[in-house]
Amino acid sequence: MERIPILKMGRCLLVSIQIDMDDRTAMTLQDDLTEQIVKHRAKGVLIDISSLDVVDSFIGRMLANTAAMARILDADTVVVGMQPSVAITLVELGLSLKGVRSALNVERGMELLRTIARDLTGEAEPDADQED
Amino acid sequence: MQIRKTETLPVRNAADVVGVRQAVRKWAVELGFSLVEQTKVVTAASELGRNMIDYGGGGTMRLESLDDGIRRGLRLHFEDKGPGIPDLNAALRDGFTTGSGMGLGLGGAKRLSNEFDIKTAPGEGTHITITRWKGVS
Repeated sequence: MERIPILKMGRCLLVSIQIDMDDRTAMTLQDDLTEQIVKHRAKGVLIDISSLDVVDSFIGRMLANTAAMARILDADTVVVGMQPSVAITLVELGLSLKGVRSALNVERGMELLRTIARDLTGEAEPDADQED
Repeated sequence: MQIRKTETLPVRNAADVVGVRQAVRKWAVELGFSLVEQTKVVTAASELGRNMIDYGGGGTMRLESLDDGIRRGLRLHFEDKGPGIPDLNAALRDGFTTGSGMGLGLGGAKRLSNEFDIKTAPGEGTHITITRWKGVS
């Protein structure tokens, strides 16, 4: 089974899903992300799905659950780069991904995470976290 | 109606569902489906393949490349020898599930297809057929 790498950048975790995940790989990613949020005291999670040409109900549920778990662990999640054909299909499938924030691309996603962090703390988050 | 090509794949585990998606994608591209048409039929196949593993004890998917003289299409047969679906109306309702999923699989797959047919009886397995035609929204 393949494992999706998780990168840490300051107080954010970055994931770019580049393969057609089977269900176990998706569940492992969800578990790994929640673990890493706690380990690095992450405040933001960015998940890039621009390489995914299919998001079915299982992957959709994984994204929604990850966002919900992250929220409980005091981190915000942004899903970025969804292909238009995937968005059309998801809505027809009946999945609206309520509660999952989204942005067009990685750059805007990072901006969104920074804005959320600023709104919460009243100031800009430091770019890098030196202590861990 | 002419069946131009056919192929059968086993659907027994999570890795097979990835194989199902890849095969359906390849056939949809060969038929000249638009990107949205490809994505819809691949997503429907993914839902039905997973359902077959979760509820039918695994089974097979048969692909058929169709030509009815006017249109070209892709028909997918999902067949298992599992327990069958006792209450079909409930199973087709969004949000209904006897497992751990979201209950979108059957209804979702139906919405993503142009034609949807299901034959099931308690103890006799389930046979679901979906068809997607090129250029039909």
